[in-house]
Amino acid sequence: MQGGLKQNITKELFSGLYREYRASIMAGDYPALTAQRENAIRRFEESGFPTTKLESWKNTDLKESFAREYNVVLKPEQGVDAQKVFRCNIPHLDTAIMGQLNGWYVSKDVPLMELGNGIIMGSLAEAIKKYPALVEAHLGKYTSSRTDSNTNFNADSFTDLNTAYFQDGVFIYVPDNVKSPKPVQIINVIHHDENLFLQSRNLIVLGKNSRLSLVHCDDSYNHQPSFSNVVTEIYLGENSSLDHYKLQNLNNTSTLISTVYFQMEAFSNLKSHYISLNGGLLRNNIRLRFNGPQGNANIYGIYLMDSKQHIDNQVFIDHAFPDCTSGELFKGILDEHSSGVFNGHVLVERNAVRTNAYQSNRNILLTETAKVNSKPFLEIYNDDVKCSHGSTTGQLDQDAMYYLRQRGIGEDSARMLLMYAYADEVISKIDIEPLKYRIEDMVKKRLQGELQICEACVLHCSTPEHPMEFVIDMTKI
Amino acid sequence: MQGQMVIMESDPNNIIKEVTQSDYKYGFVTDIETEYAPIGLSEDTVRYISLKKNEPEFMLEYRLKAFRHWLTMKLPKWAHLDIPPIDFQDIYFYAAPKKKKQYESLDQVDPELLSTFDKLGISLEEQKKLAGVAVDAVIDSVSVKTTFSETLSKYGIIFCSMSEAIQNHPDLVKQYLGSVVPYTDNYYASLNSAVFSDGSFCYIPKGVRCPVELSTYFRINAANTGQFERTLIVADEGAYVSYMEGCTAPQRDENQLHAAVVEIVAMKDASVKYSTVQNWYPGDKSGKGGIYNFVTKRGICKGSNSKISWTQVETGSAITWKYPSCILLGDNSVGEFYSVAVTNNHQQADTGTKMLHLGKNTKSTIISKGISAGKSNNSYRGLVRISKNAVNSRNYSQCDSLLLGSTCGAHTWPYIQVENKSSIVEHEATTSKISEDQLFYCQQRGMNAESAIGLIVNGYAKEVLKQLPMEFAVEAQKLLSISLEGSVG
Repeated sequence: MQGGLKQNITKELFSGLYREYRASIMAGDYPALTAQRENAIRRFEESGFPTTKLESWKNTDLKESFAREYNVVLKPEQGVDAQKVFRCNIPHLDTAIMGQLNGWYVSKDVPLMELGNGIIMGSLAEAIKKYPALVEAHLGKYTSSRTDSNTNFNADSFTDLNTAYFQDGVFIYVPDNVKSPKPVQIINVIHHDENLFLQSRNLIVLGKNSRLSLVHCDDSYNHQPSFSNVVTEIYLGENSSLDHYKLQNLNNTSTLISTVYFQMEAFSNLKSHYISLNGGLLRNNIRLRFNGPQGNANIYGIYLMDSKQHIDNQVFIDHAFPDCTSGELFKGILDEHSSGVFNGHVLVERNAVRTNAYQSNRNILLTETAKVNSKPFLEIYNDDVKCSHGSTTGQLDQDAMYYLRQRGIGEDSARMLLMYAYADEVISKIDIEPLKYRIEDMVKKRLQGELQICEACVLHCSTPEHPMEFVIDMTKI
Repeated sequence: MQGQMVIMESDPNNIIKEVTQSDYKYGFVTDIETEYAPIGLSEDTVRYISLKKNEPEFMLEYRLKAFRHWLTMKLPKWAHLDIPPIDFQDIYFYAAPKKKKQYESLDQVDPELLSTFDKLGISLEEQKKLAGVAVDAVIDSVSVKTTFSETLSKYGIIFCSMSEAIQNHPDLVKQYLGSVVPYTDNYYASLNSAVFSDGSFCYIPKGVRCPVELSTYFRINAANTGQFERTLIVADEGAYVSYMEGCTAPQRDENQLHAAVVEIVAMKDASVKYSTVQNWYPGDKSGKGGIYNFVTKRGICKGSNSKISWTQVETGSAITWKYPSCILLGDNSVGEFYSVAVTNNHQQADTGTKMLHLGKNTKSTIISKGISAGKSNNSYRGLVRISKNAVNSRNYSQCDSLLLGSTCGAHTWPYIQVENKSSIVEHEATTSKISEDQLFYCQQRGMNAESAIGLIVNGYAKEVLKQLPMEFAVEAQKLLSISLEGSVG
């Protein structure tokens, strides 16, 4: 099923594999997609994998991830146990679930569902075959937004590599004026006995005046190293509204490069939440472009890192049209030897008047060995704007600690309570109630060190809920 | 001076007058015979400069090492600047006024030169008496006149030109030159180390509080001459000095290169305050001409409880590339950076600071106010780095940008790196245009738009301007208004 044996990940490897497997990769393509792939592999061959010499990769070193050998996934696995994927559900939350195992769409029944209200969801590979025009109108159209001179993002070779290689992923289409009645959940699971290098592509299209809630989980079920390069393109049509949740809970030897492109038309509305609980090396590239006036986007992030985990959030917001507002709030708690990077970039173009943009990054360091690099960057080319950013790094408030201790709360509980309160600013922004409770629960467990990857997970997602409470040591009072 | 300041504050008409007076006030060329090094840059140029200045062997070696290293370096491209290619072979690297002799009194100084200073508004005589400022005036790289040296020498303070220091205090120079900005530091610092012509040297001995504000004026006089200043300030244990640097340059059509290096060393309990008003020729309204200002400024708080404070008002230069930095090595040391950067027309500025916290309980404050108008681009680029051992350190940064006009740009790139848990770093920044309400309020009370903007901008920059010594504060306020001339509407 793989493109050969375990191998070191190099530019040459992908260059060679592409030539070798070209025919099978392009099997289902419409002509324009083939052309996109050809261009992408050429660009990738020029740039190669990013190194720390690039400004946007300065603080994220992929050396350790590249030091491992991987099997490059080129063909789907046969005889998949779909139940493995679908065992993660959220109690009391009625969702339409779609599963991905090792980058391939896994279906319970049909690969592409067409619901009565016109919503299409399912495998991207299938959608390319069945609705080529619909896919062609959007796929690959938003990955090359304005060149970001600072980070030179267009040269980000991971997207190019993905475009050249991807074969499957998730496709969702919500037609004009349709409001999806229930949230859609994508569960992306990595579970294999080999080290996998996988690439998948998701395309989500929201028509005019439509509405969707999307929960996107990245999980790993065992401790096998993996390297995922996932690209997601999300198109928000005029006056559409998307509530987007990204949950990441991967093992400590996994590397995830997740790149999401948001293309926002006039009057569209986005709320996006990045909840990163575990992961060896997580890199979230968030690229958002306002492609019409009066758009509104809020992106929230919370990351809880420990051991040697590394998280890197790169947020680029392009205000290309007037009267748009954007807000970013990223909060992190870094424990043990973990490290965090926040790189926010707001670009306000010349004609984007009456822009309102806010960036905020807050970090708490719990140990002497934890590290944080924060760069909230504003690039502004007109004067009728209100932009601000803030960044703080520190520790838990000593006064607040004292206050709680004074009232008989043990040190551990007090610390837990403060950390939870700190994280709650982001969690409280979640609109779907059952999801909010679930994530609150996960964060509490995570803070107590009980939440690991799903295999050893104590959540028992499929069993009745065990609410998590803080234990206040009554003997101390 | 003080009287003038009061008028400035109470009578906004004064600002209007300054505002409506349009062109660059200091654009004139003094006709003094100048001696040039052969055009271009090679090892021979470096040897020529060293020989001309009659330098000891160690200096020549230092210059040559720097030059050889420079040859291996590449032009930095990371700044948010559009720099036209510079032909280093088309620049005179050394120009000195020919009539170089020691003067007994001011009467002996070339009258042409004195009137240059008059136009600049730094009458040596007047400043000597009224302001109590010792001026080491530098015209085209060679120090012409040093005042107050006798007074200062009573305290054991050495304040002289760099060439004199190399002759008279080679040990001090050998010990400290390049200790903060090594010749390998960056492209322009290497270049400077190889070809620097002159600059100021200042040494404050143990426990001495310098009684006057030391000051230099730099001017780039001869056309096509790169000016490579080298300044070294050493404050020994418990010493204090306030140092001012002011710059004006005459109007020229071709771009001129300025690549200076300033090094500050503060030993235990010492404190150094460095203030700059930079008003070099920014080019005309269409962006033609102007100075390229590529400066490396860095101070090191070597001993515990030491302090270095940078204050700068940047209104000139076509391109500014400047990051006055503090290395906070000693425990409890303090670094400060106060900056106002104004860009108008086609000016470009990429400026900011670096605060490197290495010692325990170190503190730093950054207040940066950017003002951009016209078609200019103004960037703040700063680094705050708290290393593992810098426990209980504290940083507060505030970087505000004010935009005047819809074609300018303001950018903020703060880099924040924290590697321990007991330190607190805060960064805040806002970008906005001038408040309509404030403008309305001022105009309602009978001020016209331009003077209202002058007033608001001065208020906005007050936090930084108040850090300047009195003499500079006056000049700085005027400069702010002049620089923004024509930016209304």
